[in-house]
Amino acid sequence: MREKVIEIKGLTKSFGDLHVLKGVDLNLYKGENLVVLGKSGTGKSVLIKIVVGLLTQDEGSLKVFGQEVNSLPSKELDKLRLKIGFSFQHSALYDSMTVRENLEFPLVRNVKTITESEKEKKIHRVLESVGLSQAIDQMPSELSGGQKKRIGIARTLILEPEIMLYDEPTAGLDPITCGDINDLINQVRDEYKTSSIVITHDLTCAKVTGDRQAVLLDGKFGAVGEFEEVFHYTSDDRIKAFYDYNFIN
Amino acid sequence: MAEKTAEKKYIISKKIDQFFIDLASIFRFMKRFFVEVWLPPYEFREVIRQCYQIGVKSLPLISLTGFIVGIVFTNQSRPSLTEFGATSWLPALISIAIVRAMGPLVTALIAAGKVGSSIGAEISSMKVTEQIDAMEVSATNPFKFLVVTRVIACTVMIPLLVMYVDFVALLGAFLNVHQNELTSLTTFFVEVFEALTFLDIFSSIIKSTVFGFTIGIVGCYKGYTSSKGTEGVGKAANASVVMAMFLIFIEELLALQIVNFFRFN
Repeated sequence: MREKVIEIKGLTKSFGDLHVLKGVDLNLYKGENLVVLGKSGTGKSVLIKIVVGLLTQDEGSLKVFGQEVNSLPSKELDKLRLKIGFSFQHSALYDSMTVRENLEFPLVRNVKTITESEKEKKIHRVLESVGLSQAIDQMPSELSGGQKKRIGIARTLILEPEIMLYDEPTAGLDPITCGDINDLINQVRDEYKTSSIVITHDLTCAKVTGDRQAVLLDGKFGAVGEFEEVFHYTSDDRIKAFYDYNFIN
Repeated sequence: MAEKTAEKKYIISKKIDQFFIDLASIFRFMKRFFVEVWLPPYEFREVIRQCYQIGVKSLPLISLTGFIVGIVFTNQSRPSLTEFGATSWLPALISIAIVRAMGPLVTALIAAGKVGSSIGAEISSMKVTEQIDAMEVSATNPFKFLVVTRVIACTVMIPLLVMYVDFVALLGAFLNVHQNELTSLTTFFVEVFEALTFLDIFSSIIKSTVFGFTIGIVGCYKGYTSSKGTEGVGKAANASVVMAMFLIFIEELLALQIVNFFRFN
């Protein structure tokens, strides 16, 4: 039996009168890439923000490595967060810092005993992983959209997380750069042995990166399974429409 | 019917209710600052960087303003004193006016415009672009890194800037006095310091420390609690300046009452 790293049961979340998540059940297993698909505004990003404790659920249970995230005291939550890497939709690089300083930021604050040479080694390793060693002294404003995404991923990798959460990793990028980012997501899983949740509405990204797909429809998962299973053998018109729109348009 | 239900949601009126909600929120924010400021880890490097940003980078504007205030105030005061044949009192009058009121007030208002708006806009844009969330998920306390450091830097640097402005304004005043009354530098500054008391200097420093804290906390609060995307960035910058200036005037008035109480009792 595969080990569950994230276990979600009956999760609900509302913003005022808007009910975004209406009883979500989902498991993420060790070593897999799980893609969460859905239209904009269906609560995909809300889901992973609850996983990392940026938002709290209204009801339901969310366990990461067996720990109920919602009930963790802040110090324990911070410890848990070190095991989770979060790649933001717009990269969220600190724009007043260079790439090196962006990468150092989580490292020096969380690994107190690190020496200067270890720090350099880690920075160079993650930059090599994302293929951007030459950008070390550049400012985020000097990078392209794809490069920013890569540096954003590098910044999360520097703490060697066990879980990666990608929020719309290919949004706003050209098809070639999307392909590079998709390859990077798979490379990260293999190189860093991570389990990942990839939030996207891009079916190509889902197909290339996902071991399993979960389609969020009206606040619940309409289908969960492998790509073929979810999209080719579905009887749900909403999922068919989603597939057709992505591949026909 | 629906309108009636909506009206019932407010205790007094929408605006007045919101004012008290904001007030409570600012006090909570300040309380959090006073709790977090003592707790490790301490971001010394960031405090130094912010001190440089707030202090050193404000010097050109502050210098020019202080110098001009000194010259203009001296020039405007001379005719009144000349009528009574009391131009020799100019250094004393100017020193009291600058150290007691104009130096702290002018510096604080300029800093509210320059520093307060930049803090509000910077933190707000970091919020919009999810940089604050990024700090949080990397197990770094963004409040400590962004708010505590900036408020400390403002609280430390504004009194230093006020002392600097006092000096520059007095220098401007001296040039004007020297040009018209041929007073020497030594005589001018002897008269300046003879007119000042310990209470004047002490109250000026305390007052400017409070002004600095106000500028920092208001800028951070407005930035940290901003919303509505990029529109919120502009609003946060604007609200930081307006609110800080408003509070500075109120504090000036209160400080005057307190100092006068000690001066005349």
